[in-house]
Amino acid sequence: MKITILSFGIAKDITGQRFLDWEIGDGVNVAGLRALLAERFPRLSALASLRFAVNSEYAREDLALQENDEVALIPPVSGG
Amino acid sequence: MLEIKLLDSPLDVQHCIGFVSTGSAGAIDVFIGTVRNHTKGKPVLRLEYEAYEPMAIAEMRKIAEQAKTKFPIEKIAIHHRTGTLDIGDAAVVIAVSTPHRQAAFGACQFIIDTLKETVPIWKKEFFEDGEVWVAAHP
Repeated sequence: MKITILSFGIAKDITGQRFLDWEIGDGVNVAGLRALLAERFPRLSALASLRFAVNSEYAREDLALQENDEVALIPPVSGG
Repeated sequence: MLEIKLLDSPLDVQHCIGFVSTGSAGAIDVFIGTVRNHTKGKPVLRLEYEAYEPMAIAEMRKIAEQAKTKFPIEKIAIHHRTGTLDIGDAAVVIAVSTPHRQAAFGACQFIIDTLKETVPIWKKEFFEDGEVWVAAHP
């Protein structure tokens, strides 16, 4: 199934693009996607933290992804 | 009553104070986060902020709603800047009105502390010899 990955801050420097369309297997959850991304972009693993947001909400590792989900990579935030 | 904004133009502190002003409040507290000219002794030239806009606005709204459950708040304004900022520019303005001063101080502090932990906004510092995403690496 297809999902869209959005990258921000240093995560965008690492993936090289704001938007990436990815094919993943049915039933893959956030933890599974984290592992796939770490394989493709090893520098993501060096970040102080990497949270995931699914459709603009922070997501738990066990959340199963759905077709057409918008998944954002959230490296350490530094607003304010 | 809330006013939450992400803006790519200079923030208007007076507007935020005006928004939260109300006859039922005896206190208004304002927090302004500004661009500092150094980090760990190194001169900073400018900052760039980027945001995951719909989520950043939603998270700021959640923080304001949470603040209202913790403090007797009349009105809240939270304005955050994006784009390129120079030294001294305001990056965030938080204004809160409450019946008495203690809650206004507490609410302002709660809002900025939580914003720094949860709102998907990122800043990059530009130095003479390079640039760094703040807090990205341990």
